[in-house]
Amino acid sequence: MSTTLIQLAYLVASVLFILGLRNLSSPRTASLGNQMAAMGMLIAIVATLLVQGVVDYPVVIAGLVVGSLIGAVAASRIQMTDMPQMVALLNGFGGAASVLVAGAEVSSRITAGELPTGIVPAAIVASALIGGLTLTGSLIAFAKLQEWMRGAPIQYPAQQYVNASIALVTLAACVALAMAPLDLQLFGILTALALLLGILLVIPIGGADMPVVIALLNSYSGLAACATGFVLDNSALVISGSLVGASGLILTKIMCDAMNRSLGNVLFGAFGAQSAVASVSADGSDQGTPTAYTPIDAAVIFSNARSVIVVPGYGMAVAQAQHAVRELTDTLAANGMEVNFAIHPVAGRMPGHMNVLLAEADVPYERLVEMDEINPQFPETDVVLVIGANDVVNPAAREDEGSPIYGMPVLEVDRAQHVFVIKRSMNPGFAGIQNPLFFKENTMMIFGDAKKVVIELNDAVKNY
Amino acid sequence: MLEAPAIAALTILVLALFVGVEVISKVPPLLHTPLMSGSNAISGITVVGAIMLSGSENNPLATWLGFAAVVFATVNVVGGFLVTNRMLAMFKKNPKSDK
Repeated sequence: MSTTLIQLAYLVASVLFILGLRNLSSPRTASLGNQMAAMGMLIAIVATLLVQGVVDYPVVIAGLVVGSLIGAVAASRIQMTDMPQMVALLNGFGGAASVLVAGAEVSSRITAGELPTGIVPAAIVASALIGGLTLTGSLIAFAKLQEWMRGAPIQYPAQQYVNASIALVTLAACVALAMAPLDLQLFGILTALALLLGILLVIPIGGADMPVVIALLNSYSGLAACATGFVLDNSALVISGSLVGASGLILTKIMCDAMNRSLGNVLFGAFGAQSAVASVSADGSDQGTPTAYTPIDAAVIFSNARSVIVVPGYGMAVAQAQHAVRELTDTLAANGMEVNFAIHPVAGRMPGHMNVLLAEADVPYERLVEMDEINPQFPETDVVLVIGANDVVNPAAREDEGSPIYGMPVLEVDRAQHVFVIKRSMNPGFAGIQNPLFFKENTMMIFGDAKKVVIELNDAVKNY
Repeated sequence: MLEAPAIAALTILVLALFVGVEVISKVPPLLHTPLMSGSNAISGITVVGAIMLSGSENNPLATWLGFAAVVFATVNVVGGFLVTNRMLAMFKKNPKSDK
């Protein structure tokens, strides 16, 4: 296949990627969009296999088969509640692929004696740095989400200084490699430093901040592919990489806004400091013990309600309670109540986490309402049911200027007539911040596992 | 100074970033998870570079690095598109149609 035809095939693939992403703007066309993007990928891969230079088919086909098997098994087995882990892992693999391709290209150029010129040395540096950082950063995020590591921030003395020194050494290695881009040893050293940096940058980040981290790593995996595109002078990689890079950055910005943190704040790793403030305030004054209610008590209140808003959080995902929640809302709707779901952008562990879980449980997507749209409805709502959410419904974000989350946009559930909060215990959430909502007059706490409580509540409402 | 191909690639990069921002801004929060997994699959385009490096006449190190890259990138592509497809199939409009 001639170079011109390959280039045309890549152009078609790029157009399909863009159209595919554009179709993601509506749930009706989203499936089609995903299939268009997959078709674009197929075209790009087939065209590449037909390149004259590709002669060693057994190796390539073996790689494609092994990768496809792993990918297909993972994609069909993964539970929807574990989707953040899956995305984290895929981000990491994208980073790994970029480093490996850049390494292979360096090695290949050494053999051929082709010295990289122009922008290529810088691109080799960027591939190693971003790719390596994305790989280990994603693996740490995966380990935290999978609870192989504790989710709380890991901190040690002089952490900022250690990170800063390693970042400086890495910067020096970047400059050295840019000046001698065909030094394979130097490439290895920079990759090792990037891998180390990825670990160090993600371990101080708490579980509740994972939506930002995953979105950022998503962006990095795209930027790594983009850098590799410059190394290989391949426009398909540059276009796709920058699309994904842009996508990740937009999501990162949305997540940051939803947590009231600036993008710069995230990029330069002020997470450690933020968590430190949060843990200090956790030791602050206790506001007494809220009264515990039972599902039977709740059924009495529900029997008089006309409108109900359910606020799901990470606790619903942990308890795998989404199906039970849908059954409860079916019962409520059958009793003539209007039931909606309020979705905070950072509820859960990744952007859109709650939407996917509720879609899995067959909740129609029109019922999943975004924060800005549903906040004005709370004052006219009879009952709000908070399931395993904490910081995203914390009124301290509006009222308490001393709170670490002051200024964060939250769901204003306390404005409703009655608020039920299902929670495992009175332990403060991941951010370690007390929640005055639990002590308000119109709030009633129901302690227990989210799934168990919701099932009991459903029975109680049915039998009332 | 940069030579012409590098300028062309930079031009493509900047324009693609603008297209990306325009297109992605229109994706509703409802679909942010499928957006991430789907765009992740797209970033698996690195597989194209990996195929060229592992499949061409090359020294053993480059071939094996390329092979590993093919595996990782293919997991990304296949896993990403399939899991996105699985997720998107769950988003339904009418609650009564599937009961």
